[in-house]
Amino acid sequence: MSWLWPVDASAYADHVDLLLGGFTVLIVALSAPVFILMAVFAVKYRRGRVADRRHPVDNSVGLETSWALIPFILLLGFYVWATWLFVDLHRTPADALEIDVVAKQWMWKFQHPGGQREINTLHVPVGTPVTLRMASQDVIHSLFIPALRIKQDVVPGRYTTLSFTADRPGTWHLACAEFCGVDHSVMGGSFVTMTPDDYAAWLRTADTDATLAEAGAALFRSHGCSGCHGPSATVHAPPLEGLYGRPVPLEGGEVVTADAQYIRDSILLPRSQIAAGYPPIMPTFANQLGEEDVLRLVAYIQSLADARPEDRP
Amino acid sequence: MSTTAEPPAETEEERVSYFRSGTSLRSWLLTTDHKRIAILYLLSITFFFFVGGLAAALVRADLMTPAPDLMTNEGYNRAFSLHGIIMVWFFLIPSIPNTFGNFLIPLMIGARDVAFPRLNLLSWYIYMAGGLFALATLVLGGVDTGWTFYTPLSSMYANGSVVLVATAVFVTGFSSILTGLNFIVTIHKLRCPGMTWGRLPLFIWSHYATSIILVLATPVLAITLALIAAERLFGLGVFNPALGGDPLLFQHLFWFYSHPAVYIMVLPALGVISELVAASARKPVFGYEFVAGSSIAIAVIGFLVWGHHMFVSGQSVYASAIFSFLSLVVAVPSGIKVYNWTATLWKGHIALDPPFLFAMGFIGLFVVGGLTGLVLTMLAVDVHVHDTYFVVAHFHYIMVGGTVSAFFGALHFWWPKITGRLYPLAWGRVAALLIFIGFNLTFFPQFLLGYMGMPRRYHVYPPEFQVLNVLSSSGAGVLGAAYLLPFVYLLWSLRNGAPAGPNPWGATGLEWTVASPPPEHNFAEIPEVTRPPYDYEIERHDA
Ligand code: HEC
Ligand code: HEM
Ligand SMILES: [Cu+2]
Ligand SMILES: [Cu+2]
Repeated sequence: MSWLWPVDASAYADHVDLLLGGFTVLIVALSAPVFILMAVFAVKYRRGRVADRRHPVDNSVGLETSWALIPFILLLGFYVWATWLFVDLHRTPADALEIDVVAKQWMWKFQHPGGQREINTLHVPVGTPVTLRMASQDVIHSLFIPALRIKQDVVPGRYTTLSFTADRPGTWHLACAEFCGVDHSVMGGSFVTMTPDDYAAWLRTADTDATLAEAGAALFRSHGCSGCHGPSATVHAPPLEGLYGRPVPLEGGEVVTADAQYIRDSILLPRSQIAAGYPPIMPTFANQLGEEDVLRLVAYIQSLADARPEDRP
Repeated sequence: MSTTAEPPAETEEERVSYFRSGTSLRSWLLTTDHKRIAILYLLSITFFFFVGGLAAALVRADLMTPAPDLMTNEGYNRAFSLHGIIMVWFFLIPSIPNTFGNFLIPLMIGARDVAFPRLNLLSWYIYMAGGLFALATLVLGGVDTGWTFYTPLSSMYANGSVVLVATAVFVTGFSSILTGLNFIVTIHKLRCPGMTWGRLPLFIWSHYATSIILVLATPVLAITLALIAAERLFGLGVFNPALGGDPLLFQHLFWFYSHPAVYIMVLPALGVISELVAASARKPVFGYEFVAGSSIAIAVIGFLVWGHHMFVSGQSVYASAIFSFLSLVVAVPSGIKVYNWTATLWKGHIALDPPFLFAMGFIGLFVVGGLTGLVLTMLAVDVHVHDTYFVVAHFHYIMVGGTVSAFFGALHFWWPKITGRLYPLAWGRVAALLIFIGFNLTFFPQFLLGYMGMPRRYHVYPPEFQVLNVLSSSGAGVLGAAYLLPFVYLLWSLRNGAPAGPNPWGATGLEWTVASPPPEHNFAEIPEVTRPPYDYEIERHDA
């Protein structure tokens, strides 16, 4: 019945199906008394029909409390289950394969860590946790992979992430679920899950000149970042080696973690958060760099996470 | 047409009816009689129902095949945006309150009119002005933002007359606020002697709850729309991140209004159903206090659940968990109503007339809509079905299956009161049944489509979704025809129906104590209430 029930490509998807199945049983049980009794009463107590109508009750606190509380308590059980599954979905696995996603009217662009790029098709290995780091170049989009039972909005101005582990190799749908303008309904493509070997082979055939971090390093030089942040800089700017993932004290006294969002904002909205002890002289690059380039720079700075400023060439 | 001879066959009562108290166009357009204003609304919302319905017909026709057929992608987007905007703000929100609420509230509480009759007329003019803006948008090519106006699409990227249509909605909002205000004051101040809060018909309770939401929530919508216009026209950076704004702020503001607004659309319907069930079963409503209190509970808790529209927007996991929990809480008072209606039927004297059939249809569809709302509240399930046809099916079960069925139920129950004429009951039964069947055929397949993974607002879709889409579109054909049917026999009854008399259903309630149609100032003498509501004769004691 391929037109009645969706295909599934992960254990998580099976779990969601099970949750829905169980919940459907509950809501059928909660509504069955209403449907059955309404029909029975309509027949039995039809006007003009003889029936025992003596001693009707029109108020009962006991009944009211039980039909308010019993369904609610049963629902709470499912609430716990569904929320637990949802929290699980939002846990980013530490060793995940990170793939960058940029949405723009009306296409999906993917960048693999090795620098391989693809449009409207996403290849991933099965059995490996994958985390998508997603940015939008214009309006809100939403990456929807029905076979995994997951979606996540892609919001301009902030990174969102989506983590999953696919379990079955195959080719599935990938769609945009948030209305994004004229060609919203054709902003989709394929989601291809492959065995790790096939994925490795695919990575080799997909053409690329540099890894994501290497491409970021090139941008770092060509856009003059190194002029301020590099070893021979004459201005007072913080070194970016060892920055990623560390706490950063800000001018106002606040301390934030230097995650991808922080680095993105440092490049595109430098005035919003000033590192303590430095002059606010960094210019914005909003007019020069698109979200894809910024993601490459983030990958580069992320690759320096374990480096120390002293080791600079 | 100025001087006509007095029609000889009229009885004394009919001659002074609100219908005959003036026949010129002027006497209608400048009336302050709540009953005439109700008729003005009835005509105008019917017009908008057809405009919105036409847009839905285009959408459904195009979805018969996976490929684009009738319209371009742009045209399709404009069709469903228009459909949503017109149906929500120009049909559903004013539907029951502004027609039946206006007509019945003063009659039910024993008053001669609403508290501010001129303000009432002004509400209608404001509504019409908003409607003209909406029609102007249509003539100028429409908008392609959907009825939800998500930013920054609406504020920076969409082409089309966004500011104009935002103005249309902004303006009608004032009509809602004034009507809500008028109802609140009327219910507080104009109850006749003996009409205590505990004796109010449940229709009044639910309109009271609705009015609170109208007054408190609508201003938030007005502000939000004004901010969109400011960003679009002057580049004020509120929602667009490129200007330093936050797109999710828009969603918070919009749903802070729009979730309560769904209760604006359904609470009046719940009030109607309580009246219909009691009159059809000739019994007091079971658990009156609980049914009345649940309306207020819904209105209050309804303000705390807006985040359930944003589970995949990037909102924090903790916020989502809390909004999910509160959404379960708000379902409880709705459940209470349904169980109480069922218990009302027990040991009743049930007449299977059109009002009862519409009420049963309502309860069935409202239950399905409400329970699938609980499915959507389950976080892990919502991640999958958010923004798919599952959601479309869910809200149509409530807003169309529920509210529109209740609207037709109200029309069939109070038509004899409003017009003084009876309509053919058999045709009413046929219409109730056809609407129920057509509705399920249209919208049930959409639940399956949504779980299959068909996103909403899709003009072009993968071929494996076609079977269910064809089913849905065929159902829409049946539903469209079924909606037209009552117009035929109800209009026919205006001329040919038998005179109704004051109380054709043998119902309780002050509106049934005056002539049909009611005289100009309702009550010659303000009545005094001495008995509880729904005081039907039941066999409390052994005979
Ligand atoms: C004109 C000199 C200058 C240029 C060019 C420049 N920056 Fe900066 N940058 C600074 C200064 C000064 C700071 C510290 C003050 C602040 O937080 O704005 C800084 C801060 C940062 C930070 C935050 C570091 C921390 O420790 O909190 C990052 C990340 C960053 N820059 C990346 C870049 C990138 C990537 C580029 C190139 C696209 C770039 N910068 C270009 C001067 C510069
Ligand atoms: C009477 C009241 C109705 C109301 C209040 C109503 C309301 C709505 C709303 C608010 C939307 C969301 C619009 C959007 O997503 O932009 C919608 C979508 C839709 N409605 Fe209705 N509707 C009504 C009747 C109907 C009928 C009778 C049909 C079909 C015969 C219909 C078919 C649709 C379809 C197909 C969509 C989805 C369009 C899409 O997202 O691609 N509606 N409706
Ligand atoms: Cu889209
Ligand atoms: Cu809601």
